[in-house]
Amino acid sequence: MDVLFLSRLQFAAATFFHFLFVPLTLGLSILVAIMETKYARTGEEIYLRMTKFWSKLFLVNFAVGIVTGITLEFQFGTNWSRYSSFVGDIFGSLLAIEATAAFFLESTFIGVWVFGWKKLSAKAHAFVMWLVAFASTLSAIWILTANAWMQHPVGYVLKNGRAELESFADVVFQGFAVLEFIHTASAAYILSAFFVMGISAYHLLKKQHVEFFSKSFRMALVFGLIFSVLEVVEGHLHGSDLAEKQPTKLAAMEAHWQTMTYAPKYLFAWPDQQMEKNSIEIIPIPGVLSLLAKHTPSAEVKGLKDFPKEDRPPVLITYLSFNLMVGLGFYFVLVTLIGWLKRNKLMESPWYLKLMLYSIPLPYIACELGWTVAEVGRQPWIVYGLMKTADAFSPIATSQVLTSLVAFILVYGLLGAVGFYLIIKNAKQGPNPA
Amino acid sequence: MILQDIWFFLWGLLWAVYFITDGFDLGIGCLLPVLAKTDEEKRIMFNSMGPLWDGNEVWLLTAGGVTFAAFPKVYGVMFSSLYSALMLLLFSLILRGVCFEFRSKVNHPGWRRLWDTCMFAGSLLPAILLGVAFANIFRGIPFDGNGVYQGTLITLLNPYGLLGGLLFLMLFLVHGAIFLSIKSDGDLHTRAARTAGIIWWLLLVVAVIFLIASALYTPLYKNYLANPMLFIVIVITVLALLGIKVFVTKGHFWKAWFSSALTIIGATFYGVIGLYPNMFPSSIDPAYSLSAHNASSSPLTLKIMLVVAVIFVPIVLSYQIWAYNLFKHKVTKDDLAYEEAY
Repeated sequence: MDVLFLSRLQFAAATFFHFLFVPLTLGLSILVAIMETKYARTGEEIYLRMTKFWSKLFLVNFAVGIVTGITLEFQFGTNWSRYSSFVGDIFGSLLAIEATAAFFLESTFIGVWVFGWKKLSAKAHAFVMWLVAFASTLSAIWILTANAWMQHPVGYVLKNGRAELESFADVVFQGFAVLEFIHTASAAYILSAFFVMGISAYHLLKKQHVEFFSKSFRMALVFGLIFSVLEVVEGHLHGSDLAEKQPTKLAAMEAHWQTMTYAPKYLFAWPDQQMEKNSIEIIPIPGVLSLLAKHTPSAEVKGLKDFPKEDRPPVLITYLSFNLMVGLGFYFVLVTLIGWLKRNKLMESPWYLKLMLYSIPLPYIACELGWTVAEVGRQPWIVYGLMKTADAFSPIATSQVLTSLVAFILVYGLLGAVGFYLIIKNAKQGPNPA
Repeated sequence: MILQDIWFFLWGLLWAVYFITDGFDLGIGCLLPVLAKTDEEKRIMFNSMGPLWDGNEVWLLTAGGVTFAAFPKVYGVMFSSLYSALMLLLFSLILRGVCFEFRSKVNHPGWRRLWDTCMFAGSLLPAILLGVAFANIFRGIPFDGNGVYQGTLITLLNPYGLLGGLLFLMLFLVHGAIFLSIKSDGDLHTRAARTAGIIWWLLLVVAVIFLIASALYTPLYKNYLANPMLFIVIVITVLALLGIKVFVTKGHFWKAWFSSALTIIGATFYGVIGLYPNMFPSSIDPAYSLSAHNASSSPLTLKIMLVVAVIFVPIVLSYQIWAYNLFKHKVTKDDLAYEEAY
């Protein structure tokens, strides 16, 4: 094991773990803000109890999300120093702006919210939660803009042996970042909706706090339905954008080797990177890939064989992650649609409630798969077409990285265990009595 | 280039603001086993920094982020050279950060003891490590022309480095004890105020030794000797340090806290001015040293970041001051009774 491999493993572990908590922060902050706003406007006690109950889960999740985010910024310096020197002019400024413009707002006002119940009016207090939600979204926008630049670098010029900023507007307003943000935010909202629906289903199955959890369920359902549908539509646009901007990633996602017109999509395939073909191909549907990628079935889609071997991403991982993610995406649309039909008779469908309870982990899996597609599919590049991952890591001792990797696994393992234990414990406990 | 110099001093200022904000809550964390006799007193200590610590810590991310944006090469070489120390710092801050949320969620003595230990160790280590890191930077770091560090974690633990660690620890302890005096009542308040007074003497001794040792082990005074007007920074810092004692004795704790904050800013700038224009000097060959002039971002990035800083830093400061003001009252039993309290 070398420094490159260990550093990649460490960054993957740290990011995947961090992203177990980020989506719920993004989505639940909005749901809690809506609940509290309803309380501030109507004065109805049930909305206050909803705010208190769901925010308790939110805050545990928030704490783990915050602390695990800190290491990510610093890892660019510790483990990817050559990357940092090369792209800091652009990438570094996006991270710095995120901290100054968004993270401060989020971190300062979460403290005000938690401790400010008696110090602020109900309306001001609800507004503070909106500030927190707004700030976390803003934070996501900057971070995803930075990631989008790694996926599709724009607005730079190669000078003084590094990528220097040429147009800030090009970097900030590029289409890739917009799509990436919509995609990630929608995923976060779906995850949060399923979280709320699943926990509500748990209590509804036990026939306890029925009014409380029916209301919570329906609120999350609307949220989940809207964003599940949006995600599918956006996912399609995202895919065709990739065909143009990251052709190797798209080809790997679809296990597409040979450049051709009427490119097919397979119901299932098993790509073999060594042999440069699929060892299993089940039910090819001709023209579908061309249609999805280029909007017309006769269009030519570039295959992996058109690119040098050393420029292709790991095909199997990318293909499986992508297709599993897409499958889950359609599942989310399906079950939220069913939920919409059943929204007023939830108690009569215990099988549906059970399904929703056990669906809680699925959006988590979908999110991690999505990041796998984005990051593994970009390989061997750290900045697509501009810098290889193998040229980006820090010249440090293997033992150092090995030690910190073990520490990451131990510390994050502890945090994850405690965090989820507390969330589950509080979720099962249910709201305080009225 | 003037932009590089502006960013050099802004860089120093951001670190200084981080030290005065997170400094007091790191100090309170270190004092947890010393000052609190009961669980209630421990909770008062947790809640005294409860609403503020998170916003304080963002200054660290901002200082780091600005290093990345304005001086990318410094960012890469500095953080990869100080790898083990920085990882230790981050893990400490992580474990410490979750203590607030986790500690009071389960009512079991063993559970609370676990998070109390994390709070103590997670505050003590960063306080010392930050001092060790900066003292070593003042002294010079053994890295070569390719930015490859030629040492280990142990290399940093030289006498001058450790002295720097001790200095930061004392600064934060005094700063934290004073803040706790402001935020607490009764026995805890008396104990915190007395502790601030006692540790102040240790701080004074360590500070004097540090000022002398810096002349022996570092080139920090070169800039001062070239421009003696600069000695005024040291004079102001020493006056602020003396002011702490005066105000603590008189029981004017907010004034004492501001004196202590000024001492911390002064101590930071004492080093930053001495370093200028270096940011990460090499002890192997001065030619390898990274400075504001040879390791900065492009003028365009520096300009854009300056606009961002000029707009947002004042906004951040004003809402943080608003938040400090909102939570300036003493933590009482009433505060602990309420559901979201730590």
